[in-house]
Amino acid sequence: MIAELGHRALSVALVVAILQSTVPLWGASRDDTGLMAFARPAALVQFGAIALAFGALTHAYLVSDFSLLNVATNSHSTKPFIYKLAGVWANHEGSMLLWVLILALFGAAVAAFGGNLPDGLRARTLAVQGMIGVGFLAFMLFASNPFERLYPAPIDGNGLNPLLQDIGLALHPPMLYLGYVGFSTTFSFAVAALLEGRVDPAWARWVRPWALAAWTALTAGIALGSGWAYYELGWGGWWFWDPVENASFMPWLAGTALLHSAIVVEKRGALKSWTILLALIAFSFSLLGTFLVRSGVLSSVHAFAVDPERGLFILLLLAIAIGGSFLLFAWRAPSMEGGGMFRPVSREGALVLNNLLMSTAAATVLIGTLYPLALESVTGEKVSVGAPYFEATFVPLMIPTVLALGVGPMLAWKRGDLTGALSRLWVAALAAFGIGASVLYLRGAPIGAALGLGLAVWLAVSVVTEWTERVRLFRVSLGQSLSRALGLPRSAYGMSLAHLGLAVFILGAVGETFFSAEVVRFVRAGDEIAIAGRSVTFEGVTKRSGPNYEADVGTFVLPSGDRLESERRFYPAEGQRTTEAGIRSRPDGDLYAVLGEPAGEKRWTVRIYVKPLVMWLWAGCGIMVLGGLISLADRRLRVGAPGPRRASWQPAHAGVADSD
Amino acid sequence: MSRRPHRSRKNQRLALIVGGLAFLGIAAALVLTAFEDSVVFFFSPTDLAAKPIDPERRIRIGGLVEEGSVARGPGDGEIRFLVTDGTTTLPVRFVGVLPDLFREGQGVVAQGRLAGATFEADEVLAKHDETYMPPEVADALKKQGHWQPESAAKGKGS
Repeated sequence: MIAELGHRALSVALVVAILQSTVPLWGASRDDTGLMAFARPAALVQFGAIALAFGALTHAYLVSDFSLLNVATNSHSTKPFIYKLAGVWANHEGSMLLWVLILALFGAAVAAFGGNLPDGLRARTLAVQGMIGVGFLAFMLFASNPFERLYPAPIDGNGLNPLLQDIGLALHPPMLYLGYVGFSTTFSFAVAALLEGRVDPAWARWVRPWALAAWTALTAGIALGSGWAYYELGWGGWWFWDPVENASFMPWLAGTALLHSAIVVEKRGALKSWTILLALIAFSFSLLGTFLVRSGVLSSVHAFAVDPERGLFILLLLAIAIGGSFLLFAWRAPSMEGGGMFRPVSREGALVLNNLLMSTAAATVLIGTLYPLALESVTGEKVSVGAPYFEATFVPLMIPTVLALGVGPMLAWKRGDLTGALSRLWVAALAAFGIGASVLYLRGAPIGAALGLGLAVWLAVSVVTEWTERVRLFRVSLGQSLSRALGLPRSAYGMSLAHLGLAVFILGAVGETFFSAEVVRFVRAGDEIAIAGRSVTFEGVTKRSGPNYEADVGTFVLPSGDRLESERRFYPAEGQRTTEAGIRSRPDGDLYAVLGEPAGEKRWTVRIYVKPLVMWLWAGCGIMVLGGLISLADRRLRVGAPGPRRASWQPAHAGVADSD
Repeated sequence: MSRRPHRSRKNQRLALIVGGLAFLGIAAALVLTAFEDSVVFFFSPTDLAAKPIDPERRIRIGGLVEEGSVARGPGDGEIRFLVTDGTTTLPVRFVGVLPDLFREGQGVVAQGRLAGATFEADEVLAKHDETYMPPEVADALKKQGHWQPESAAKGKGS
């Protein structure tokens, strides 16, 4: 009964979405306020209906209603509560439902907080948001119905891939989707602006918070996924340049570029059509990612089902959305007026450089991701493009990015003084050079490590230098500096933190990439394993029972006396094994132990890693996210009319509420 | 007075376009050189037997893990097994922890280099799901006429 209600609710949402995508547009073209006003309630109702459907599916999972095909295929009655809940989106249909839920959430958020948007822009934006909703709701109802019944209902379900039975499942997908799908809002704003034929600084001011919210959530989502892979897969890696990871990284790169170019539109009125194009590209990357992951063209833990019909449907949606918006762009963009002038060396110039680098990086990632698919469909030859390709293309582009990142914020708008900026950054340059040279010559580190650490130090010191100049530290009295520091806009702190986060991230990435150590041994209880100047004792294996698995638990004793446990679990319901690594995290690095297969004669395969500084990688992402949240809280970036309910919407907007 | 901004606006746009093209050129150069060295081709054991491969080149191989072929040692952490496509078998050596879903009789993909007659794997790729057969392996088996769809499509819990 509840399931049928959920299905009806989805149908209602589709009808509302169709109305939402047509009536306000018609109203906007006739300048009819009444028809335009239809957009806001429609967006709210659409969200309500999808939330109802989502609630119905969640209910089916929680009560283990195996008469639903989706639940029977992907759940099991013995599964712990949290994985029943998170299991809702651990399958194709459920994850698409989460996708449309978040899409409608952003539509509803624009409707709810867009009080001070001009009527026409709001109506058109919501109409475009409605169109995306029509496409994906139709996809759900016709090709991925989560409420399909199964008769007779089985006694129990097939269970959930044990790899996914982790707290990461509850956090990573919703956060990632908030980011991924969040770029639908900037897309809708961009298409609406093209329809209106007008882009002005006010438009950029309305768009920036949405870009920022999506970017912040996407950063958090990617970092959560990376952390999950690190501890769950037992290979000790944090980024594999896997096509699915790339699918989430491309919108991030485009979104980062968008965030920066929107600043130029807002402050100087320049780069309008480029910013519009970036908004279209960012969401196109999101759609491409959805296609790559959901169509089954790639095989990975994220591809739940291989169904050509579904792939074709998403490809069609992709073609309509990308093709349509780009055609509209080609038609309308040339008529847009250029904005303020600027010299190549200026704040604008630096932001343009950021954009060029980010877009080029996104292009290289795109080529590496799609090349194997293209080659196979043309010649039938099977190749894989792995980390070496991306290290040879993406990483070199990040070197000038980070160098320029230190200087950019020091340049003035319109016409900057490069020599002046560089001379004020002598401390950063000296520190970077000192660190780089000392790890190179004193520690004998590889040149890449010296370069990476030098860049991290350069960026971090530049950020601090820029801040001390803003508050005129040591030039005026401390009290005056303090009051200046308190008076700085939140977005300034947001920027500094995001840039500092990148420096911290680089520190972690360099530590892990260049200084990791690894040993694989067959050991008996009591054996000592030497790694990186330390000695770890293997204490042996015991048995343990979990709620829905049996485990062999290997215990390792560290030199400090701490114990680490690594489990080899067997899930009888699914008939699968997983490995839980034992990890001890410290600021100077992680010790990571994995219990492998038995190796005969009471011996076990074990693998130990030492991963220096690795925690800073995620700490850096966390600092970037914090920067995003603080920027969101900036008064000047308020989304619209204040409302007390705002805080309850979603974490990415929590900061917006407190500025009122 | 009115002409100058117009002209410099044009110049500015030109500078942006030239800058953009320069970056695209750099990107193209990076991509092409990277492809040269880092694209990894897939071979079945029969392919390898038919055509010698440069031992310096990283490749991927795949097939079924032959029943009863998995042996540990003699080196510490060393694992040896045979990969077959039904016609040809290829010995594989690997030092490391095998992925959780590595089984005898099941499909496997390994990445590494060919050293004489033995494939030195530095990575044995995990399948993420019990029912999943790497598409490369399915194709290689089909080519040798040993493909049984039901063995790939068999349900979970085996």
